[in-house]
Amino acid sequence: MGLKTFVMGGVHPPEQKISAAEAILTLPLPKTITVPVSQHLGSPAAVLVKRGDLVKTGQLLAKATGFISANIHSPATGKVAKIDVVMDQSGYKRTSVIIETTDDEWMEDIDTSSDLLREVTLSKKEIIDRIHNMGVVGLGGATFPVYVKMMVPEGKKAELLLINGVECEPYLTSDHRLMIERSDELMVGITILMRALVVEKAIIGIENNKPDAIEKLSALCQKYPGISVQALKVKYPQGGEKQLIKAVTGREVPSGKLPIEVGCVVDNVGTAVALYEAVQKNKPLIERIVTITGKAAKRPGNYLVRMGTPIRALIEAAGGLPENLGKVVGGGPMMGKALMDVEAPIVKGSSGVLLMTDEEAHRVAVRNCIRCARCTTVCPMGLEPYLLAQLVTHENWDKAEDNRIMDCIECGSCHYTCPSGRPLLDYIRLGKTKVGTIIRTRGKK
Amino acid sequence: MIYAVISLSAIGVAAAVILYFVAQKFKVIEDPRIDAVEELVPGANCGGCGYAGCRAFAEAVVNAGNMDGFNCPVGGNETMKAVARILGLEAEEKEPLVAVLRCSGSYAHAPKKANYEGASTCAFAHGLFSGESGCPYGCLGLADCVDSCAFDAMYMDPKTGLPVVIDDNCVACGACVKACPRNIFELRPKGKKERRIYVSCVNEEKGVHARKNCAVACIGCGACVKVCPFDAITMENNLAYIDPEKCKLCRKCAPVCPTNAILEINFPPRKERPEKAKDDAPKDPDPAPMPPQQPDMSQVH
Amino acid sequence: MKSLLTISGSPHVHADESVRKIMFTVLYAMIPAMLVSLYFFGLDAVRLLLLSVAACVAIEYLIQKYLIKGDLTINDGSAIVTGVLLAFNVPANLPWWIIIIGAIVAIGIAKMAFGGIGKNPFNPALVARVFLLMSFPVQMTTWPVPQPNFPLTDVITGATPLGILKELNGKMPAPEALQQIMGDAPDYINYLIGFQGGSLGEMSAIALLLGAVYMFFRRVITWHIPVAYLVSAIGFAAIMWLIDPSQYVNPLFHLVTGGLMLGIFFMATDMVSSPMSARGQIVYGVGCGVITMVIRFWGGYPEGVSFAILIMNAFAPLINNAFKPVRFGKVVAVKS
Repeated sequence: MGLKTFVMGGVHPPEQKISAAEAILTLPLPKTITVPVSQHLGSPAAVLVKRGDLVKTGQLLAKATGFISANIHSPATGKVAKIDVVMDQSGYKRTSVIIETTDDEWMEDIDTSSDLLREVTLSKKEIIDRIHNMGVVGLGGATFPVYVKMMVPEGKKAELLLINGVECEPYLTSDHRLMIERSDELMVGITILMRALVVEKAIIGIENNKPDAIEKLSALCQKYPGISVQALKVKYPQGGEKQLIKAVTGREVPSGKLPIEVGCVVDNVGTAVALYEAVQKNKPLIERIVTITGKAAKRPGNYLVRMGTPIRALIEAAGGLPENLGKVVGGGPMMGKALMDVEAPIVKGSSGVLLMTDEEAHRVAVRNCIRCARCTTVCPMGLEPYLLAQLVTHENWDKAEDNRIMDCIECGSCHYTCPSGRPLLDYIRLGKTKVGTIIRTRGKK
Repeated sequence: MIYAVISLSAIGVAAAVILYFVAQKFKVIEDPRIDAVEELVPGANCGGCGYAGCRAFAEAVVNAGNMDGFNCPVGGNETMKAVARILGLEAEEKEPLVAVLRCSGSYAHAPKKANYEGASTCAFAHGLFSGESGCPYGCLGLADCVDSCAFDAMYMDPKTGLPVVIDDNCVACGACVKACPRNIFELRPKGKKERRIYVSCVNEEKGVHARKNCAVACIGCGACVKVCPFDAITMENNLAYIDPEKCKLCRKCAPVCPTNAILEINFPPRKERPEKAKDDAPKDPDPAPMPPQQPDMSQVH
Repeated sequence: MKSLLTISGSPHVHADESVRKIMFTVLYAMIPAMLVSLYFFGLDAVRLLLLSVAACVAIEYLIQKYLIKGDLTINDGSAIVTGVLLAFNVPANLPWWIIIIGAIVAIGIAKMAFGGIGKNPFNPALVARVFLLMSFPVQMTTWPVPQPNFPLTDVITGATPLGILKELNGKMPAPEALQQIMGDAPDYINYLIGFQGGSLGEMSAIALLLGAVYMFFRRVITWHIPVAYLVSAIGFAAIMWLIDPSQYVNPLFHLVTGGLMLGIFFMATDMVSSPMSARGQIVYGVGCGVITMVIRFWGGYPEGVSFAILIMNAFAPLINNAFKPVRFGKVVAVKS
């Protein structure tokens, strides 16, 4: 099978997968954990417990409110110390349940054995209900509730399931390790997804800087009908939904539309494993694999971490806080979020923690735009970042919308490549919020 | 030669005829009073009246036929009276307003917990994180308000990291109120002898959280509400607010505030209670406005 | 943790790219052409290059320091590039004061007056060249005939091949004129290497091409503008030649003479004044090519490259508006 990739734009940041060979370790539970009730895209969940309650691992802590929302379960056993607002990775304070942990005691109906259950017995509806109850969200970063994605809208038909094992972000290796160490669970998870979506075919897209994962999963495909592996050329942002579909199928998702428009559904490999655990083992989404890495990290590695664990605990497991720490990023270097505070908890969307040294932490000096057109060349959506940034500084929202500012996937290629170091994406993000508000109010009228 | 003269003349005449008819066809008949009103208003096009510019304001006020809700904050009562005279109406007297910064989170009071790098605009930083001090309500110090001010009435104080309003220049157009993504500015009456008392904080967090980031935050203790003899102070979402309509400037509230979040402007210094940590209190803005010192914002803009 | 953590929007890494790097890549790419000019003009070329670069850098420095009192940008190398390009565009024996005037026009008027690097609508070196050409037509069109390894005490001057062609145009049929310029057996290879009269840097097409290849692989230029320019210019010349060979000369002659190569690779590709999208760049290149040839065929000047590029520079904003990049989402449902 030849290598595929998407056509338009893209950059090649140094891969820096320094933790790729580190096996997944389990991070011990800390004394206190902080579980935000908003770990997903959509409305925050409503807290069900109160101060002083004793909770078991896997118990429902907060219930989903509304269509796009997700249940939050207790990642540990212990006493609810308080319910308070705590600064999470977004840099803002959100309602969180703070639990003082004791010995781990799981809810009785959760299968905690490590046996592989291959037989899928549940029906489509039961699967979707189970996923909803178990609070499974997309683990690729967007944390979109998975059950919503699985309900194909009227008139549309899913024909292809794409599993995202691209991991195009530099440094991050959590998906890579997961594909190697949890391959069987992944395959069953994909089977469940195919069953729920009623599709015959699933393709796992993996960039060819992970040859071991490609090899292992390709071999396993023999046992699971309908699933195949597609090796992809390394190029950022191939992990973007639209870019992955383009790379694998050649189809382009139209502007402002969802992948279902071209008959595709995309899910992350981590999501597929979480789905396996939810459906086959009745286990809610309370832990995930997190990469701790970066030039400032003393011992980069991959850890299985319970949600709500403070990032500090993870950093300590990786050798402690370095002296020359300049920036802590939640996620990868291209799309991750700089954190104010290492006490912020790991949540469902945390794929990695990147520790940067003080030297790398600072942005390059901003100079005049020299109109070199590199941002236009590297934009995977065919936009003109220089123009959008200019329109945003002039607050020309109408024209920004005409130039399709809402198509921006915020991959950061434009800023990455800009020889003048201009904060293009900062301005485009600002413009997207403004234009988004304008579009929504227009819709209401 | 003669052909050239004739043909050019013919073209000229034809063009003139066409122009005449086009001008007739697209003639716009306008109320002459609009022009008259536009002459009177300051012409700064600041948008303080709520209209897209002075011309739009003039059109609106002429077409409305009454003065209700129309106010040019820049021109003030004088201008509105003149406008009313043209339209044969009465203008109601309005108290002059001034923009007030309701945040005292200077570098000293709300120390930095992180360094922000990137687009130098509050609007973006507001979406990115809670701010360098960690206060999710306080001033971000990136000068969107100063940029929005068309009257040179603001500058950033490099010592505190906060904007300063030059009262004499401020015309209360409200541009800064709109520009601030955190709604920190408020238009308040200038007050007698320019004296004002207000709560210089917009933090709605619980006291402990607010206090953690800023020494001069309103912690919602309610001491000022109890002491106010005129019921001018209300407490909502852990935040006190002094209603300028009811406040009689009695100065009872400021001394009881445990965090010095209530500011008194342009009052003579208090004689009694000298032990009340004066150095801890935020300094009054310089009464004599300094020449605006523009910080270097050229980096991105 | 000693220092405060830094907060910024993503991305948190940056490519190893800077304006300075781009400018120095362009400079390195001009080295072959510089060496050729040294070979042909010796000390004159050294004098001209150094003077032009020094003047450009000094003027940028003075303006930034004393007039606009802004940040100094002379270390980004853009003034050096402008200086070299300006020297490339004038005859080697130009008096020193004219080149200083050229530098003032290039940096002072065409670049800094608009706001410095990145803000100039026109290529500064070309603006200066055209300014000099109109102000000092005699000095600007007195070309020293290249004399390798020849002491410069006694410069022989002559016209450029294109200049002679323009002179002979209408007096005799094109093939005869060509014969008069190039001799009985036209040796295009010699022309390609640089044995012809002309400005300092436009002599050798080969040297310029070498530099262009370097820039291409360093990704400072893309193929769009050079290819579009070259194909349209030579294509246009070829069409005219096929229609009436007695009136128009062999397109190969146009290819190897004059400033076409310099214009294509170093002037038209100037980032600041060229369009942004790939489609726009092709339109721009074609425009440059056609206008160049129109001026060469029917214009008052023997050479049209500078004018063509300046004219298309003026159109660049319009092209940016009219030719947007291909947006993602246009290809719908390709059956796999």
